[in-house]
Amino acid sequence: MNQTTAAELDLYQDVVMDHKRAPRHFGTLPAPTHQARGQNPSCGDDLQVTLNVAQDRIEDIRFSGQGCAICIASASMMTEAVHGGDVALAQQLHQRFRAVLTGELEPEAAHLGKLISLAGVRRFPGRIKCALLGWHALMHALDGKP
Amino acid sequence: MGDMHDLHSVDHAGLGGAGLDNLRAQFPVLAQKINGAPLAYLDNAATTQSPLTVQDAQRHFERHDRANIHRGVHTLSQRATDAFDQARSTLKRFVGAGAAHELIFTSGTTDALNLVAHGLSTPGSQPAVIQPGDEIVVSALEHHANLVPWQQAARRCGAQLRILLPDRQGRLHVEDLARLLTPRTRVFAVTACANATGERPPFEALLALAADAGALTVLDAAQSVGHAVPDLSALACDFMAFSGHKMYGPMGTGALVGRRTALERLEPLRYGGDMVAWVSTTEASFAELPMRLEGGTPNVAGAVGLAAAADFIDRTGRSAIDAHVVALREHAAAGLAALPGVQLLSTETGASAIVSFAAGGAHPHDIGTLLDEQGIAVRTGHHCAQPLLEHLGLGPTTRASFALYNTHAEVERLLAGVARALKVLQ
Repeated sequence: MNQTTAAELDLYQDVVMDHKRAPRHFGTLPAPTHQARGQNPSCGDDLQVTLNVAQDRIEDIRFSGQGCAICIASASMMTEAVHGGDVALAQQLHQRFRAVLTGELEPEAAHLGKLISLAGVRRFPGRIKCALLGWHALMHALDGKP
Repeated sequence: MGDMHDLHSVDHAGLGGAGLDNLRAQFPVLAQKINGAPLAYLDNAATTQSPLTVQDAQRHFERHDRANIHRGVHTLSQRATDAFDQARSTLKRFVGAGAAHELIFTSGTTDALNLVAHGLSTPGSQPAVIQPGDEIVVSALEHHANLVPWQQAARRCGAQLRILLPDRQGRLHVEDLARLLTPRTRVFAVTACANATGERPPFEALLALAADAGALTVLDAAQSVGHAVPDLSALACDFMAFSGHKMYGPMGTGALVGRRTALERLEPLRYGGDMVAWVSTTEASFAELPMRLEGGTPNVAGAVGLAAAADFIDRTGRSAIDAHVVALREHAAAGLAALPGVQLLSTETGASAIVSFAAGGAHPHDIGTLLDEQGIAVRTGHHCAQPLLEHLGLGPTTRASFALYNTHAEVERLLAGVARALKVLQ
């Protein structure tokens, strides 16, 4: 079989593979105000998110851990998207991204920015939790008391 | 490994001259396209497909003989009881069980292993077999189903759980077990083939050593029952567990088979109908084996299908099936090891139908998705054996596992598919 498959076109776009190979904001903050861990027991993917939040604004963010290309690329793009922004905007973006993956919202209507490159995940139901792992950790971190 | 011409002629000639095309026609599920490509089903260590003879046997029971067993005096109840008893004898013969053995129907290997761990760690009319200060030895190759029940049993009884660790290649050694055994060792549990790596440990010698030391011995035969079923008559084995859905039988079926004297020491897991001798409002006494451990209405059609699967394996030929899946594994292992960055697990193991590998930079879930796009079904992840993979310094892996209907052409597609996935991902 020589033709390019749907997964190669949709799932593993250049921008996704770029974030997987060189994840942004990778590491841990030395004295975070918030942090949480997200794990997927079926595959062993395990991410940690650390944050510095002040006046409801995400001043700094790092993530670390291991995961598949979809998981790492999604977490990496997430850090770019929420860095320096309001907590409320991060929570709204999470809701829209999640709604796109679960098929409740069309990608074009979701204002996802670069994250739209992961919209193809919605055609691979088994992979949706990979794309959401970093986001779950971020939301748990924000829910936790500083 | 023979050259490709030889391998493809095997695809045509098939097992024991049965013809692979004829055999594959017995498995209608295989004749479909997935994402536009013919299905190559290489996830047999998770679940094998079932042939028409198994499905027909179940359907025949449901259409003609369905009734509850051991109850009515009416004809259907008698036929159902006979079918259930017949299935039990067929399966006992299949695993080499003799007069000193009995077979208990379960919902699968997990159910069977829980029946043993619970039965040895729970007091009934007698104190529990496992007492405070006793030791339970479990190998680190185990599926979670042969580890977690023993963790819980140890906790319940105040016993100590000790782990028989493999070497860096994932192999178990008899000398290492000898060092772990003490007069307090009450149970030794081991797999006949590790589902995560494909390692086939020297379980015969390990069981014999543990039995000599006075331990009750437990064998998880889930991964070997489909192609190299252990012969109970030649083993120092008190309890052996296996699943129907890994031997071409129905899902949700399986058995615990073992020495009657050992089975009699198990406190039942389920109390209720069918497992009692007499009952008053305050007390009950329990039936003899096997019913003592089979409380409630069993999956009779499942048992009939499971026996049909054993017959199917024997008609096809045990040694022919074993030789075929081992050759497929060797073919796959040699091809995968030649790919850049691929680390194969249990390279040296013989007599296995499982090949498992890690690939630097490429996560198994991504490989699995890209293979599925080409119609190739494999398993990815921890394979319910997280402590083992951590001990070997690995994360999740990609696993291909073979059955009697797989072909060398499918192995070639796997190798090309993995090479292509690595190109996309690395």
